[in-house]
Amino acid sequence: MDAQANHRTFSRTFERWLPKIVVSPLFAASLVFVYGFIAWTVYISFTKSGVMPNYTFDGLAQYDRLWGTPRWYVALWNLFVFSTLFIAISTAIGILLAILLDQRVRAEGFIRTVYLYPMALSFIVTGTVWKWILNPGLGLERLMHMAGFTDFTFDWLVNSRMAIYTVVIAGVWQSSGYAMALFLAGLRSVDDEILKAASIDGAGPVRIYSSIVLPMMRPVFLSTIIILAHLAIKSFDLVIALTGGGPGYATDMPATFMYAFAFQRSELGVAAASAVMMLMTVTAIIVPYLYSELRRTGR
Amino acid sequence: MFQHMKILAATVAIGFATAGMARADGTVEVLHWWTSGGEAKAVGELKKAFEAQGGTWEDSPIAGGGGDAAMTALRARVVAGNPPAAVQLKGPGIQEWAEQGALNDVEDVAEAEKWDSVLPPVLASIMKYDGKYVAAPVNIHRVDWFWANPEVLAKAGITEMPTTWDEFNTMADKLKEMGITPLAHGGQPWQDATVFEDVVLGIGGADFFRKALVDLDQEALTSDTMIKSFDQLRRMRGYVDANFSGRDWNLATAMVMKGEAAFQIMGDWAKGEFLAAGKVPGKDFLCAPTPGKGFVLNSDSFTFFKVSGDDRLKGQKVLASLIMSPDFQETFNLAKGSIPARTDVPLTKFDACAIKSHEDLLAAIKNNSLVPSMAHEMAVPRSVRGEFLDVVTNFFNSDMSSEDAVKTLADAVKRAQ
Repeated sequence: MDAQANHRTFSRTFERWLPKIVVSPLFAASLVFVYGFIAWTVYISFTKSGVMPNYTFDGLAQYDRLWGTPRWYVALWNLFVFSTLFIAISTAIGILLAILLDQRVRAEGFIRTVYLYPMALSFIVTGTVWKWILNPGLGLERLMHMAGFTDFTFDWLVNSRMAIYTVVIAGVWQSSGYAMALFLAGLRSVDDEILKAASIDGAGPVRIYSSIVLPMMRPVFLSTIIILAHLAIKSFDLVIALTGGGPGYATDMPATFMYAFAFQRSELGVAAASAVMMLMTVTAIIVPYLYSELRRTGR
Repeated sequence: MFQHMKILAATVAIGFATAGMARADGTVEVLHWWTSGGEAKAVGELKKAFEAQGGTWEDSPIAGGGGDAAMTALRARVVAGNPPAAVQLKGPGIQEWAEQGALNDVEDVAEAEKWDSVLPPVLASIMKYDGKYVAAPVNIHRVDWFWANPEVLAKAGITEMPTTWDEFNTMADKLKEMGITPLAHGGQPWQDATVFEDVVLGIGGADFFRKALVDLDQEALTSDTMIKSFDQLRRMRGYVDANFSGRDWNLATAMVMKGEAAFQIMGDWAKGEFLAAGKVPGKDFLCAPTPGKGFVLNSDSFTFFKVSGDDRLKGQKVLASLIMSPDFQETFNLAKGSIPARTDVPLTKFDACAIKSHEDLLAAIKNNSLVPSMAHEMAVPRSVRGEFLDVVTNFFNSDMSSEDAVKTLADAVKRAQ
């Protein structure tokens, strides 16, 4: 009897501890490899580090240098332009495609796959393909010239003022199909009864979508925007493949800036300072969101 | 059975013998990023020569990012206290590592073999830290070259290569009028900077080049000569075709080869492309120094890191001596397209462009017009070079005025120092 009871208590304790035991290595690993290295990077940003980590404290000197570098402002502005346009256009195209597909068209499965397919490619492939398409001597412009439209020019890729928009084009091409899939799933989850009731009340299709369906899809909007926003912030590979940060450094983003300073220029300190600035930016966006979400679930 | 034992014993004995031999002549691990074409072949020559002396060669090629990946690996290895014996590392990068106390000197080898008397003094000083050799140069690349297609030039009635930038401008205007791209160029920051430094040499001369791009003298950086250099660079922007952005240098070389463009300004690694395509210097393509009567020096070198253990120390010294041996300098540079770093190696097997390069090098040493390349990490630390590249490439790709460029450049250089 006793042994059995013991056994039972043991197995109960074990069951209670099992999840913690299983999770703890992962927890320890993320503590060291994520938070540990974040702390290390923050520390490095306050030191004299150059080619090698150097632990002599140097105050805010690296931040001074960072904010005195014109290229950093270009990178920040590009991130702003790119993420705003990328999120807005991808979402808009996504909704439009989803609504059109929602009209019970024929071969919907096929069309959906076609639009979703770019998502299966990596940003490196997308970047390379668009580099060829947009190259004036190789792609679109040349095609138009051969077709007889010799006045046609489309040189955004090599024009330092317009190059950032080519990154937007490639990014939108890649991701709007994905946004469409998310919205389509959202549209399908809207109850048919509501739509029927609305049309009985005399609402036209435009009115139904704008006043009923889209407002009901608020959670889908939120998750789409968050997914697109993180794609935008981590868009390092797309820039590297499409423009290499050029012409000049016209399409530099904070991530490529950080890479250039850490690995090409032997300026670990400035690179760490820029990484900390990126972390702060992301925190500034995520914390209010988390706060509002947690408050809602807490209630 | 007995027979077997005998064979086994013999094998073991041979094994010991070879192991002993290897130990006798040292082990080196060499970290480099020469993994393609002529470069890989050149490094293979070094390996062959080292093994011929009975040493053990541990190859650590790390390709990618023009050496960025290798530098990242190197940093990790040094932090872990296990650096490779020799690393393909050049210019002020050598001093940066030396200041960290990460290097071994090979002064005893250098003294015994009298490196001082066979290397150009400018190059020797780059190889030394605290008066002692910590690196050995394998080659000299010249950066200030024009490469041209004689057929294309003949179409425009050009028979001589330009000797001043004004002459170049006149020729280029003529070519442009005829619908030929005057300058084949790839819009990558380092290529922009290569053209820029050759322009500075031509406009300001070697002394000005040294003051502005090596000593980073603020007065020189903001001078009228600098503004004039940027004006010339702006002019050359007009001589480039519309698709230059992001193009690799070898594709620009191909444009000259195919007659789509007349000139390219590039270091003599471009020659490798011509030779690989079976072109003959002087007949299918022309080489001539860019204006300025100077010599912009780029040199690859192996830097010796702090290894320990007799075996590895021995290997390091054997390697140092081998790199500087005239035989090796000849075979290596024939494979890579550069000229030997030693000035006393006969150039009988080399082509006309290499011989011209060597003659000009000797003249430049005599006239004190030999300058280290800024664009190719020979003159200034990577941080300062980065600022130069940013300003130059931004200028080349925008409509910034020369006055603004000079001011931005001076500020950026001050910030990076």
